[in-house]
Amino acid sequence: MSTILGLYNYWIVVLLMMTGFYIVIAHGNLIKKVIGLNIFQTSVIIMYISMGKVRDGAPPILTEGVTLFSNPLPHVLMLTAIVVGVATTALALSLVVRINEAYGSIEEEDIHTQEKSS
Amino acid sequence: MVNLIDIVLMGLLLITAFAVVRMRDLFAIVMLFSIYSLVSASFFVNLDAVDVALTEAAVGAGISTVLMLGTLAMTRRYEERRPRHAPLLPLFIVAVTGAALIYGTLDMPHFADPQAPIHQHVAPRYIEQSGTEIGIPNIVASILASYRGFDTLGETAVVFTAGLGVLTLLGRFGRREELSDGRSMYHDMILRVIGKALVPLMLLFALYVQFHGELGPGGGFQAGVVAAAAFILYSIVFGWDRAQKIISPFVLNIMMASGVTLYALVGVGGMLLGGEFLNYNVLGSYPAGGQHLGIFLVELGVGITVAAVMLSIYFDFAARVAVRKMEAR
Repeated sequence: MSTILGLYNYWIVVLLMMTGFYIVIAHGNLIKKVIGLNIFQTSVIIMYISMGKVRDGAPPILTEGVTLFSNPLPHVLMLTAIVVGVATTALALSLVVRINEAYGSIEEEDIHTQEKSS
Repeated sequence: MVNLIDIVLMGLLLITAFAVVRMRDLFAIVMLFSIYSLVSASFFVNLDAVDVALTEAAVGAGISTVLMLGTLAMTRRYEERRPRHAPLLPLFIVAVTGAALIYGTLDMPHFADPQAPIHQHVAPRYIEQSGTEIGIPNIVASILASYRGFDTLGETAVVFTAGLGVLTLLGRFGRREELSDGRSMYHDMILRVIGKALVPLMLLFALYVQFHGELGPGGGFQAGVVAAAAFILYSIVFGWDRAQKIISPFVLNIMMASGVTLYALVGVGGMLLGGEFLNYNVLGSYPAGGQHLGIFLVELGVGITVAAVMLSIYFDFAARVAVRKMEAR
């Protein structure tokens, strides 16, 4: 039981990560692929934050009378990763927009067929 | 209690992710993804990562949803083709990878274990020393802006570069004057009234998050995103041409670059005063004072660049949508 509770977060993270991975490799729609990548990314963020938690710890802001804090280092790394993530997502989405303008489609297969026939 | 909330929230995340796989309506998927972000923000609060939660709530549920909707407006709403291959091969790959990863987790230290290796190095030093060395209560801000200031400079530069990339791909220049169609929401009274009331409060909150970030949760990244969200709300309700009168694209470009530059200059300032790059100790008459000044300026730089890049990306998308609408007419 303690193993299940202790590893529960990591297992869900693996499932989320694989869900994102599945969307990226099995679906041809480019917007859906971007969302799959985002789910993959969030799962990594959740894993780091789960590792940073300390039992009965407080948020890492120094306050009088509190001595036990959760680990602040993963928080810093993930905070910046989220903002960088949205910036790169925006870049991916604008590529999708340009692909749609060039090919008239955002389905991978349509784009492949057009590439082959040209 | 923490565990119970954790189990429920993780379950919700998984259900939402599975729903995303099954759905074909991209609009519904984007909405689900927004919910997914909001749930993960609550999850971060539950695990004491308040700064991360603030960022995720503003970024995931706010800005990336708007950008995805903008993309849908320019492409199409439905996933049209079923995958040609049977889903067996991808499922097999995913199952094997997942099984390997789960096998790997068996060696991981258990959740919230204070004896885990991650809590034994580096972090204890930050927790014990940052109060005297840096002199500000928010340990996350100390690490972000001072101890690991070089990382953060790099990340700000990445955000800046992504902003430039979107600008190059979707460019908002040249055709701006002819376009006035961006005010379709203006006739909705509820949106107009609520928008008017919310925008100043959001801006005030952004300033609070920016300048209170050393004492409580917050800092440049969060403040920048919240400020950009306020302007985006304004331009959704009152039209992006009006929003561009408040902040012109030219000013926005200057802001994008000046934030990163300010950050780098603070680093160079440390060198000129006899310290290392990004060593703030030498900036003031005593080390902690220098740290205060350095962190303040650096967070300000981050806030300016992040706000400008997010807003610039939104304007690029909005202008593209308007151009397409005009061409369609």
